Amino acid sequence: MPENSTSAGAPAPDLSPFPPPTPPGLLELFVAFAKMSLAGFGGVLVWARRGIVDQHRWMTADEFNETFALCHFLPGPNIVNLSVVFGSRFRGIPGGIAAFAGLVFPPMLIAIVLAALYARYGEIDALRRILAGISCAAVGLLIAVVFKMAMPLVTRRDATGLMILIAVFFAIGVLRLPLQMVLLIAIPLSLAITVLVRRRGKA
Amino acid sequence: MNSDANPVATLFWSFALMSLFAVGGANSAIPEMHRVAVDVRHWMNERQFADIFAISQLSPGPNVLIVTLIGYHVAGIAGALAATVAMCGPTAVVAYYVSGLLARSSHARWPAIIQAALVPLSIGLMGASGLILAQTSDRSWVAALISVAAAVLAFATRLNPLWMLLAGGALGFAGLI
Repeated sequence: MPENSTSAGAPAPDLSPFPPPTPPGLLELFVAFAKMSLAGFGGVLVWARRGIVDQHRWMTADEFNETFALCHFLPGPNIVNLSVVFGSRFRGIPGGIAAFAGLVFPPMLIAIVLAALYARYGEIDALRRILAGISCAAVGLLIAVVFKMAMPLVTRRDATGLMILIAVFFAIGVLRLPLQMVLLIAIPLSLAITVLVRRRGKA
Repeated sequence: MNSDANPVATLFWSFALMSLFAVGGANSAIPEMHRVAVDVRHWMNERQFADIFAISQLSPGPNVLIVTLIGYHVAGIAGALAATVAMCGPTAVVAYYVSGLLARSSHARWPAIIQAALVPLSIGLMGASGLILAQTSDRSWVAALISVAAAVLAFATRLNPLWMLLAGGALGFAGLI
């Protein structure tokens, strides 16, 4: 493993356009993603960006945005996709696995310990009340993320986008239809509308 | 209560299939997790589902850990591992191959189009997650008020979300909910 004091220790100038060309090793990938993951309460993305772009300079900000955009449009947990794509870019499949393992397994151990405590003590009244309070706050946090993500559609007056958003919300949230069924209709429909709107915008 | 012959295998296939439809991340798949775990498989009740969501938010790491907790609830450590690997594995393979393809054909136009088409879908799915979880968690006016307050604070400030979770827990402990 190369010494990582070069990237973490000395306060390098922030505006350097070139990230160092030394690719991270397997253990380094594992440790870096484990750190980002364990720091990330309520989402790892912020910490992943900080670790990859600011701290280690493994990617430029633009490269990171492109990679994240790719992982966002693919199905599945975005940050998990990001770890695999990122790790494999530097060290092939073993690199992807190392980054993935670092991201998932250390916090998974913590979650399992909490789950075991819940299974054992979940019915104790004080714990029940605490959990009830936490879940109220957690719901609020999720709703805030939804509004933050929807704001660009509102400011852009993206009427078709907002209509699709509301239709999916209604089908899944209110009617409780199965995800696969809704998406098999909604994805092609949304794609067709997007392509049509873009064509008309250009003509 | 559980009629499955092999709950670990059921967990694995349920989440492997779900992962390919989780457009926009793990939080978008919460309505489907709720439907499968509570309504279809009867692995847990509404309250347990809400608790598991709360615990997953309280743990560090990616949001996908809610799947680990569902797996643990159903079949212990083996269930936790099976559910997590199933939820992450198939899409990780897809991501690996797609990123390889895109690296070779530089500046392809379709990722931008697909993303523009999928973003409203995934926000709608997350909104549905919010609604379903609110219906299970907010069973009193005070509870709903705590959710609204957390939502407004998280929307308008850059406060670390952990503080809001802890404040919710403290209010719950004080017996306000």
